[in-house]
This record gives sequence, structure tokens and C-alpha cells, in this order.
Amino acid sequence: MKVKTASFEEIATPESATVSGAEAIIKCLLKEGVDTIYGYPGGAIMPVYDELYKYQDKIHHVLTRHEQGAAHAAQGYARVTGKVGVAVATSGPGATNLITGIADAHIDSTPVVFITGQVGSTLLGSDAFQEIDVVGISTPITKWNYQVTDASEIPEVLAKAFYIARSGRPGPVLIDITKDAQFAPLEFSYKKCSGIRSYKPVPEINLLQVERAAEAINNAKKPMIVFGQGVILGKAEELLKKLVEKTGIPAAWTILGLSALPTGHPLNVGMVGMHGNYAPNMLTNECDVLIAIGMRFDDRVTGNLETYAKQAKVIHFEIDPAEINKNVTADIPVLGNVNQTLNLVMELLQPNDHSEWHQKFKELYAIEYDKLIQHHLTSKNPELTMGEVIDEINTCSDGNAIIVSDVGQHQMVACRYAKFKTSRSNVTSGGLGTMGFALPAAIGAKMGKPDRDVVAIIGDGGFQMNIQELGTIFQTKVPVKIVVLNNSFLGMVRQWQQMFFERRYASTEMINPDFIAIAKGYHIQSRHVAKRSQLKDAVKEMMEAEGSYFLEVSVEQEENVFPMIPTGASVSEIRLE
Amino acid sequence: MEKKNYTVSIYTENNLGLLSRIAAIFLKRHINIESITVSKSEVNDVMRFIVIVQVTEDQVRKIVGQIEKQIEVIKAFYHTDEELFFQETALYKVRSSDFMKDSGIQHFIQETNARIVAATPDFFVIEKTGRRQETDHLYEKLKPYGLMQFVRSGTIAVSKNEMQISGILEKFNTTNSLS
Repeated sequence: MKVKTASFEEIATPESATVSGAEAIIKCLLKEGVDTIYGYPGGAIMPVYDELYKYQDKIHHVLTRHEQGAAHAAQGYARVTGKVGVAVATSGPGATNLITGIADAHIDSTPVVFITGQVGSTLLGSDAFQEIDVVGISTPITKWNYQVTDASEIPEVLAKAFYIARSGRPGPVLIDITKDAQFAPLEFSYKKCSGIRSYKPVPEINLLQVERAAEAINNAKKPMIVFGQGVILGKAEELLKKLVEKTGIPAAWTILGLSALPTGHPLNVGMVGMHGNYAPNMLTNECDVLIAIGMRFDDRVTGNLETYAKQAKVIHFEIDPAEINKNVTADIPVLGNVNQTLNLVMELLQPNDHSEWHQKFKELYAIEYDKLIQHHLTSKNPELTMGEVIDEINTCSDGNAIIVSDVGQHQMVACRYAKFKTSRSNVTSGGLGTMGFALPAAIGAKMGKPDRDVVAIIGDGGFQMNIQELGTIFQTKVPVKIVVLNNSFLGMVRQWQQMFFERRYASTEMINPDFIAIAKGYHIQSRHVAKRSQLKDAVKEMMEAEGSYFLEVSVEQEENVFPMIPTGASVSEIRLE
Repeated sequence: MEKKNYTVSIYTENNLGLLSRIAAIFLKRHINIESITVSKSEVNDVMRFIVIVQVTEDQVRKIVGQIEKQIEVIKAFYHTDEELFFQETALYKVRSSDFMKDSGIQHFIQETNARIVAATPDFFVIEKTGRRQETDHLYEKLKPYGLMQFVRSGTIAVSKNEMQISGILEKFNTTNSLS
């Protein structure tokens, strides 16, 4: 007898009907509340597409122009909605084209279920046409993966896939389904997965640790909070705000923590990390208690670990036990969902005021403002800066837009200057740094939040990495706004070449095509600006446009992103020039 | 931090692909696996991996954290040699002609608790279970007699302390009413 290793919700009258494996897949998606999926058809997934045709009134399948686009679109959808994204591809190259998106979702803890078709089970291992061992390839970059060769497994496996993707620290799951399993009949009944015996999504809370954390916070003279995406994933934004307000502790966000607290909140002191703000980076090495909430001390956040917050007592609120003491040793680890642990610690915290300490952040901000920010936002140079474009979008959207950024200089500028009022408004590729992410992710974001303005901020390099998705925008008429900040360089690499490779600009100069002509080819309304006098009007026109809009802005070619913590340097060695 | 031998014990579900998932965790960190053994465990349908690595304690602690994170891993532990009883088994195939001539070696085999498990006119197969030094010692002894083949199993080990896997599974069963 097979041992039961997972539990499933009992339903009073489970429906039962004989369906094909392919139809069962669609029925599973519907049971999980999926209404939009992204994908690309091909031989080994055709039975599923045949069912999608029949179910097209219930599930909106978005045909992207490349499977990588489907993966990032599903990520964008998941990031703004908090729901599980779904992407579908065929075997072989269809599956391998998903890989970058799967890896991106893995490192940024994004819940996505990937479904790939596979050659028939009798052909497995025969090097059949479009056969690839996608389970093997995706193993290190998935939270879980599984190959289905028996149609009767489909309901349980997909139920587990959705449960695993969304629970605990979320992540991508890949289910590979052989073509014969898609054709074969099964008795369909669906029960949602409620537990897996070998998997503990949320660790037990140790109340003693909560008390120790509270005591350390209450006794702190110069405490500082650094929060990450865990706050968003744990739906703890309100708790964080209350905690910050009750204790008066200045709070900084990591790149994926952006928008979990309003930008304009008086105690929000900006971004930590390589191109973060001056004050929170400098004061990381001055605070007496560092309260890390739902973040993982990425090397881009910490700089040199040997000199990172050595003077501070570190409290680490975290759902994933493997993150504790991985990069930074925690004096007080507090395991659990931050939604619960912050709630518990809140009870024990005394109202406090750290205005004198907070003043230090303000002083350092003033230095950053004088030396950098004012020049970025109100430049006297003839060329436009990236910062003033972002600032104009802030003004025009009143800080209500979802900002989807690609990877590079424009991303850092967008994350530094974009203003957010509500959570889940920042979508960017953090851990993997995937160029080409933003255009497809913006498609998913807009479909996930059709009532919000979605603005993709992309460099001229990254834009050309998934430029084919303009076709998806044209076909679906999804009204995303696309801003390409064109400096005719792979700007971030060029900046490093300038700073660390004596200006040897090896393969970073871009001879670009006529982007406006390309947008025209896809019938997307477009405009190019190069002058400051045109910027305001162009951004306004874009934001007010009914449909999708492409805005190309020629910006200063050799603008550098500062502040900057050079690789290997300490956070307090952050450079302003 | 000093590198030493660590034995990683992993209790898992019996599922396809787990070996490669676990091996990938070592590969990603550029850590060589000295030996790996997979077998059934004391719990029905639960597999046990024994992986031997030479790393620092900080490394092995992080590796075990990453292994435990895998969905189908029930629990993982790491131990030093002092915390375990462990054994390896080696097989030696030697040429009969050389072997028969020397009663000294036959005597040595008996004395060291090795066994002759097959004897043919052409070759003998000798089995020795013990610690690495013991199987190595016999290897050196047999070499002059024409060692035709040699093979050694991965280390298998049991801990001195309890691992409480049944307890973990029991707890899941009661909270989720699995039958």
C-alpha cells in the first residue's frame, strides 16, 4: 500500500468525471482560481492547448512571443497580485526558454507554477524530437519539480504544486507532463493540498526569542530596521507601519522591500545596498540594534561582510531557517511568518521616540541631496538625466503607478526615485538581475492589476532582450506604458569599465535601431524626447493615453549611478562620487 | 575554520529525482562528496542518505539548512566521527595462484575478520567490513598477490543519539489526520 505523504482538503461532494489528462490540468487551474496564464504552444503540449481552446471563456491564455516572456509575465502577475502565476510551454526548447524566468522566480521568491509538455513516456531517454530533461535542468532553481507520466496523478500533483508555490517562502514549481499522460483518461476529482509531511512551510515561533527581540528593541538607543520582500509576502505591511510608528525607529528597505511602506512615510529612510541611500548605508555601521525583517542579507545589501554592522546586535525576523546565520550572524533570530512574529513582538514594545537618532539620517540625507539628488532631479546639463524622467512619472501619476524596472542603471535610478503609496507597486528582477525582465513582467503586472497604471522603465540594452513582447502588447492590447531610457550604452557595465577598467568600453556601446519605427510596426503609440522642455508633456501624454504607449527618452550618455558601494567595500565606504 | 569529516544523514520520501536535488546542493558550493549511500531506513517508505564531506562546520551547517529546505526531505542532521558508529565494506578479487602459495596472507585474513566469500580455480573474493584504515590496510597487504579488482562501499553510519524521525512523521499524521 502506498503511504500517504500529503493531506488534502476534504470536499463534501467531490465531483467526479472521466476526462483526459489535458482537460484535468485545465480543471485543476480553475479549481485553484487561475484566470490568466501565459504560454506558447508546441508539439508536446498540444493536448493542453486543445483544451484551452474549449475553455477560452474561463481561462485567458496570453500568447507571448517567447517562452521567456511567458515566464516573466507570470512573475509580474504574481508579484502584483500575490496570487500564483502560471506559465505553460512545450518540451525541449520551449522548456529551456523558461529557465531564466524560473531562476529569477526562485531567487526572488515568486510563486509561479510552470507546466511543460514532455515527449511520450515510451520515448523518454531516447533523445526524441524536442526531448529535454527539464526536471534535471530545473532542479536547482525550483522549490519543487515533478514529472507526470500517469494521468491519474495530475490532480494531486497540481494541488501540491500550487500549495508548495504559495506557502511558506514562495517559489517556482515546475510540473513536466508527458504527452501520453495528457491524452490518457482519468477519474477527475480535485481536493486542494493542505499539508505535506516532509515540508514545514512556516517554522514554529519561539516566544522566548520574541521576548528577547522585544527587550533588545526596547533597550536600543540607535536602532534601525532593514526590511525586505518578506514583509510583502507575509502581508505584514500594516504591522510594519504600526511597529515603526510605535517605536519611532527609522526603517530602510531593500530593493525588493520597496513599496511595503509608503515612500513618503516620515520614518522611511530609503534604500540600503550598493546604490541605495547614503544615510541607511552609513548608519548600518553605527546603529546599536539592526532589526532585519523578511530580508536575506544579499551581498549587494551588505557589501563586505567583515565590516558589516559589526557593532550592532542583529535581530533577524525570517520565515526561512536556512537564511538565519547564512551571511550575517543573528544575535536574536526570530523564526516565523513576519505577519505573526511582528504582531507578537509589537505587544511587548514600548512606545518610543528616536528623533535624535533619526536626525542623523536626515543630516546624511541632506548631504546626499546636495551632492547628488538635486543634480539628478533638477539638472542644469543640456541632456536629460534618468532621475528627472522618473520624477516626472512620479508627478504625473501622483505616485500611484506600479513601476516595473529592468536591470541596470535605469533600475537603480528608478528604485531610488520612484515614489510608492501602496504595497506591491515595485516589480523588478532583484536577485538574478535579469535583463529583459521588465517588458514581459509589465504585461503580467497590468493584467493582474488592470485598474492601476503600469509603467515599465527599461534601458536600451534590456529592451532589446525581450523586445519581441511588443507583439504580445499589440495582440492583447494590454495598455502598459513603456519608457526606454536610452543612453546608447549598456550603462551599468560601462560605469564599471569607467571606474574599474580604466575606461576600456569593451562591447558596451550600442548602435541602436529606430525604436520609434519598431513601436510603429507594432501599432503602439509612441514618442521620442531628448529635450527637457518636451519631457513633461510627453510623460503626461503617455499617462493619459488610453492604450499602450512607448516613450523613448534620450538621456545623458555617460551618467553614472551614485551613491555606490564598490564591490568588496564596506557599506560605510559608500561613495557619493 | 578547520575542515574535517562530517557525516550528513538525510531522511527523505522515496521519490525520483531527490538524489540529484541533494547532490546539486553540494555541487553549487563546489564541495566534493567523499561518499554517498542511499538505502531504506527504520521507517517504512522513508529513505536514508548518508553523505560524507570534508568541510568546515559552518559549511556543513548551511548545507544541512539547504537540504532540509527541499520539499521531500523530512529531516537532515550532521555529525562528526565521534558521534557515530560507522562502517564500510570492501571487496577484493585476487588471483588464486598467487594467493594459494602464501599461508601467511590467509592467516592475516582470518585474524582481521575478513572473509573469503568466493573461491574459484582462478580467483578469490575477499570481503572486509570495518573502518577506512582497516580496509586500506588489507588493500596494501593484498596488493602484492595480484589484486584483480577492488571496490569499497560508501560509509554507512548510525548516530549514538536518537534522530526521532518517527516522532516527526507521527506529529504530522495526528495534526493532519492522515491514515
